[in-house]
Amino acid sequence: MNWSAIVIALVQVVLFVFLAPLLVGVMRQVRARVSGRVGAGIWQPWRDVRKLLRKDPVRAQDSSWMLRAGPVALLVSSLLLCVLLPLVGTVPFSRIPSDLFVIVSVMLIGVVALALVGLDGGTAFGGMGSSRHMTVAALVEPTFLLSIYALSIPAGTSTLSLIVQTRLDTPEIIISPVSVLAIVALAIAIMAETNRLPVDNPGTHLELTMLHEAMVIESSGRDLAWLELGSWLKLAALLGLVANLVIPWGVVTDFSVLALLLGVITIGVKVLLLGVLLAVGEVFLAKIRLFQVPELLAGSFALAFLAVTASYLVA
Amino acid sequence: MTNLGAGLILQLVLAAVAMLTALTIAPSLRATVTGSLSALLALAGLTTGALAMTGATGGILIPLALPMDALILAPDRLGGLFMVVVSVVGLLVSIYGIGSATGPATSRTAWAALPIFLLGMQLVPAATDSVSFLLAWEIMTLGSTVLLLADHASRASVASAGIWYSAMSQLSFFLVLAGFAVLAAATGGTSFAAMATIEPGSWAANLAFLLLLLGFGGKAELVPLHVWVPRVLPEAPSHVSAAMSGAMVKIGVYGALLVCLRLLPEAPPWWGILIMLLGGASALYGILQASVSSDLKVLLAYSTTENMGLVFLSLGASVLLRSYDAVAAADAALIAALLLAVSHAVFKATLFLGAGAIIHATGERNLDRLGGLGSRMPWTALSFGIASLGAAAIPVTSGFVAEWMLLQSLIHGGRLNGEVVSVAASVAMPLAVAVVALTAGLALLTFVKAYGIAFLARPRSSAAALAHDVPLLMRFPLLLGALGVLALGLIPGPVAAVVAATVGPQTALAAVPVGLGGVALPGIGAVLDPVMLVVLSALVLIPILIAIIVSARTHPERINALPWGGGGSRARPRMQYTATSYAEPLVRVFDDVLKPSRDVQVTHVGESRYLVERVKIEQTVSDVIETRLYRPVLNLMQRYGIVARYAANGSIHRYLTYSFVAFLIVLIVVSL
Repeated sequence: MNWSAIVIALVQVVLFVFLAPLLVGVMRQVRARVSGRVGAGIWQPWRDVRKLLRKDPVRAQDSSWMLRAGPVALLVSSLLLCVLLPLVGTVPFSRIPSDLFVIVSVMLIGVVALALVGLDGGTAFGGMGSSRHMTVAALVEPTFLLSIYALSIPAGTSTLSLIVQTRLDTPEIIISPVSVLAIVALAIAIMAETNRLPVDNPGTHLELTMLHEAMVIESSGRDLAWLELGSWLKLAALLGLVANLVIPWGVVTDFSVLALLLGVITIGVKVLLLGVLLAVGEVFLAKIRLFQVPELLAGSFALAFLAVTASYLVA
Repeated sequence: MTNLGAGLILQLVLAAVAMLTALTIAPSLRATVTGSLSALLALAGLTTGALAMTGATGGILIPLALPMDALILAPDRLGGLFMVVVSVVGLLVSIYGIGSATGPATSRTAWAALPIFLLGMQLVPAATDSVSFLLAWEIMTLGSTVLLLADHASRASVASAGIWYSAMSQLSFFLVLAGFAVLAAATGGTSFAAMATIEPGSWAANLAFLLLLLGFGGKAELVPLHVWVPRVLPEAPSHVSAAMSGAMVKIGVYGALLVCLRLLPEAPPWWGILIMLLGGASALYGILQASVSSDLKVLLAYSTTENMGLVFLSLGASVLLRSYDAVAAADAALIAALLLAVSHAVFKATLFLGAGAIIHATGERNLDRLGGLGSRMPWTALSFGIASLGAAAIPVTSGFVAEWMLLQSLIHGGRLNGEVVSVAASVAMPLAVAVVALTAGLALLTFVKAYGIAFLARPRSSAAALAHDVPLLMRFPLLLGALGVLALGLIPGPVAAVVAATVGPQTALAAVPVGLGGVALPGIGAVLDPVMLVVLSALVLIPILIAIIVSARTHPERINALPWGGGGSRARPRMQYTATSYAEPLVRVFDDVLKPSRDVQVTHVGESRYLVERVKIEQTVSDVIETRLYRPVLNLMQRYGIVARYAANGSIHRYLTYSFVAFLIVLIVVSL
């Protein structure tokens, strides 16, 4: 086991635990400002987590251990994403590489945990959110795997670290049509997977429109804190992945303290910039009907499939 | 006599003794004695298979006076693997059978059929010639048919299932027989060694391949020969459905492997594409039907079609890639197919046994009337949950490793040394990845639904509210199966190495164990170590646990009827989402494929149209292939039968006239 990989993984986890609430805070603040409100300030998500940890968790009478374990499982899966994805550096673990199928499966642990938490409350809302959430997750899967598959072809491996590394070494492939198609498809898949607009409205509490909020509606106290933190971490980690695929510069490839510092700063800036862009974009988007989501996802799937076949037949 | 021969004879003897005791012993002892003997039979098969896997040779030879090759039962390494798989399932099922036997399942015939069924499944992989293969195949079919009919007196649907099963298994048998016959006619021998000498690419090879693929595909529940599955597996007693789904369908897989590896190894690319198409279609169709089903056992039955579809998809990818000499990816795909089959045997047997436990406790297999079983049946919930994770291919279970390997082989299959292998492969591989991904996603939804609706939240019926966990003898095989799912997922390295060695000396190098039970694919350059993943998860879990402990000291949990309850105070269990409502978005999305029929009846209150007293919604999703493909054929046969009734009305005079006319025609033809 190489020590540099362990250090980088540790730095990534600590950094993202701090960065993810900040990212969400910045995004909310940008949305508020662009739509003409004052906003709660960029540190509000942090204050929310602190507040939730100081409350008694209230649990439903007939609920099982799932209500307790599910939030923890979601948080662990998100933290594992932060460990395994090439965010600050591209030095992979030797035996658990940041393999795309492993990454997606680790992410699915969180998806399943959240869906089961939604069901365990025993209310119609939880079930509704859970059902919609799983439907979207099932339809996102093909796009997710195919778009990363398309990116893996020039690198000749499915390890995300090595894909980022290849893009750093030969930057011209970043703007190739294949890569652009794949990134667009991946971005749509990530928007759907992290419950952002136009699939789900993260700012809403209107029951009929929600996915994520419907599932966590019966959770409180630290249960809710873990669920929120886990979702934020997942968003931040996946945005970090997209950022590193599009702009790989600044990623640590040769381990040194200076490079590590630079890596931390660049990924922080990249993620926050992408978050601001996303937030501004979301202001001008409306949530689409649930039954139009499959059409959106089918479109993104078509892009990803085009990217894969094009990279076989053109390149 | 060799060890293998002794083992096979022991199996025959044990099966005969078990059958005899079932027929003769007092009813009170029947389950215990015959069940134990069946378990011993499974252990004997396990030992023989394990010996064969280590490379032991030998067997039994039965010379025949007929003009064909002698019957030889001598399993090779691959046969040994499948003997082990069916025997492990047989062992779980036999123990479970002792604990669960109540009602008609304890009858003399039902108990006598179990050892016959197990023996038949154990002998098919041991056969080295087509005649003994088909004999063992029919023993297996006979045993399973009798077992299926155990409950026929109490439910009418069992009889219909029996007819479907008999018809479809005889269709399979006929196709396999015809395929072997073509090979035997072309090569002049009935042993597999003689048949394998057929010239590759000849029309006989192509024809035999098609017949055998369809025959074995029918046994392995592939679309469109799967129509017996959603009827038979739910109607059979649960331990029998576990044996059928966990073990018997693997015999179909074994048959397909026999064809692709032993009989017709030099395959043209289109064979691979055909197998992939069949497998991909089955995987998608199966999981789609499973995801919208509310009947727990129908759901599991369709999910078997999906899993077998994935097995055939990877087998087809392997055949296709081998025909293009992409050896590393082809080997990985082949090992993935074997791992998928092995892991499916374990988790699906466990799931069916779990479904049996639910039926045992509640008498209910409709998910819409279950709920809250997690706290009432903790052991069943635990094992069903772990097996569900395996079926949904979540780490760290056996299903995950198998799918990981399949996807690795697919994404490395399109190119060889940086060059495009072929246009066909570079279109087939991405499509296959998409099929596997969509299947995996829908499987996730299916098993979240199955587990979440049955075990979580609050009971939706009084039967579910009063449920208790099952007796020890039923719990034990359940837990054993769940442990197997975890063990296969935690140490895939040694498992993959053992499995790889059974298909050939070259393949043994394609998957090697690394580290703490991890697996590496050297030809592809991919590594996975699930134990490390667990260690990593444990490490990130530590700080969270500390935070929870600190927080729990000052902020203990509070139990409330419902914390928020959607803002209302009257949250009743029937307001919860049911399995039907859970799958509703999916039914809408895949409207064109599923063709659901919905019936909404609104009863208004007497005073006003605007007030609703009751709304009743019924939704049924029928099997499109059955209604569109089989129904027309069956209707045609029926119409023909009605016409034929006039021709054969029982009148002797009429029959004499037929004979006379026939005789005249013969005379005329002869004189011409």
